[in-house]
Amino acid sequence: MIDNWIGHHHGHRDNLLSRLPAELKLGAGLVMIVGTVLAPPGDVGWFIGAGLVLVAAAALSRLPVWFLFKRLAWLSPFVLSVALVNALQPAARGSWRIVAVRSVICLLTIILVSNTTPFSRILRVLRRVHVPGLLITTIALMHRYLFVLVEEAERMRRARASRTFARRRRSRWHTLATVVGQLFVRASERAERIYDSMCARGWK
Amino acid sequence: MHIPDGFIDGKTAATTALLSAAGVGLALRQVRRQLPPRRVPLLGLAAAFLFAAQMVNFPVAGGTSGHLVGGVLVAALLGPSAAIVVLTTVLIVQCFLFADGGVLALGANIFNMAIIGAAGGYAIYRLLCHWLPGTRGRVAAVAFAGWCSTVLASISCAGQLAWSGTVAWPVAFTAMTTVHMAIGVGEGLISALVFLAIQRARPDLTSETNGTHSPQPWGELVRYGLLAALGVALFVAPFACSWPDGLEAAATKLGFEHKAAVRIVPAPAPGYQIPGVRWATGATALAGVGGAVVVFGLALLLARSLVREDANEAHVAKP
Repeated sequence: MIDNWIGHHHGHRDNLLSRLPAELKLGAGLVMIVGTVLAPPGDVGWFIGAGLVLVAAAALSRLPVWFLFKRLAWLSPFVLSVALVNALQPAARGSWRIVAVRSVICLLTIILVSNTTPFSRILRVLRRVHVPGLLITTIALMHRYLFVLVEEAERMRRARASRTFARRRRSRWHTLATVVGQLFVRASERAERIYDSMCARGWK
Repeated sequence: MHIPDGFIDGKTAATTALLSAAGVGLALRQVRRQLPPRRVPLLGLAAAFLFAAQMVNFPVAGGTSGHLVGGVLVAALLGPSAAIVVLTTVLIVQCFLFADGGVLALGANIFNMAIIGAAGGYAIYRLLCHWLPGTRGRVAAVAFAGWCSTVLASISCAGQLAWSGTVAWPVAFTAMTTVHMAIGVGEGLISALVFLAIQRARPDLTSETNGTHSPQPWGELVRYGLLAALGVALFVAPFACSWPDGLEAAATKLGFEHKAAVRIVPAPAPGYQIPGVRWATGATALAGVGGAVVVFGLALLLARSLVREDANEAHVAKP
């Protein structure tokens, strides 16, 4: 269930792209994205070059092609809708193609970097570029408990579904809101326990 | 509403990044000053909660479903500064882990959803709480602020897209505002229901003395308000100022665009296109003001119907 939503590709850790240092990958990804956003629409050479580099990187990463396509399709409703709105403007007809090309290149870059770099490495790079400590702590805790809370929500949703038979939308909204509210209560209780265990392990 | 990369140009990305960095810096300083160490893990857990809560689907008509976005909910629970930190965290993780929202567009997304959405929504929430006392007032305030924050964030997003030259302002404004005025109703309703559920389960978590709120939030709100005003002056005002002058010039072009926007985005109410106002942006703005009044009334009705039940339940439940 979770894989359908936020499927990340694990495994294949022994490929060339995964072994590169995180700084290099993030830096190269940033150059790629900045270059693509700033490149003038007429600069076909840059877009073809970026596309070739990405295809090469995708081949090196040994991520399955269907996985990359699925991720792209999952993330592109916004791209498609803005491209559609743009395509219906007579003055800007044609410019939507460049918007679509740009965003697909950038999306593919982030998908490749994020699926070949463990998140803790990305955090280490963020710490090295002096992102404030409180923000890093919050990001690290969120990443650690993200999947725990998603599973907890899923368990509560399943428990709710196996107990209630209400078909009325109004009462379903009520019970779903109670599930979400309870999730916040549990999250804040968990935060208290985490603080106690952090102290027990010598934090501060 | 996560803007991907490629939709905003270099100048918009740089400006929004600066504004967001200033806002997040202020929020971090404020949180560090007022948050007791005991509450630090709560920020990370609240961010994880928001992410998990966004995956709970609420059924809407015809097999579609909606979900919570939660800026105003978190702000009402934790205060504006903590909410900015929490939403920034969610956006950073969504960007780097799930490629949801662009890297260069991160500043724009933080500006729209954390500074305009959460801090702006919180300002509306607090103002309403002043006028409407009690649990009923707070539930109505959460519902109305949830709607407002969704609409305001979408207007800011439309301004950034227009400033970048990706989409023309009338089309961006009409399409984004119309869609988000509908989405905002769901957001306000879910936020109010969840807020009430937490209030029933653990009243101490929703009270303003739970250690995450500052006793006097107006100082910080004024600072975020200045940042938001600066952003709005940059993204939205240029288009707003050219309204009267550009009217004739744009009319021919808009004749088509107006129809295009309406065809893609079905009007939520039959009386949505106010007759006599030919210009789509003007009509949308007017309808937005009318919508705000209607939603405010609905929020009051909602709170009245929900909290009366609440009083009865509390009466039965308590020995």
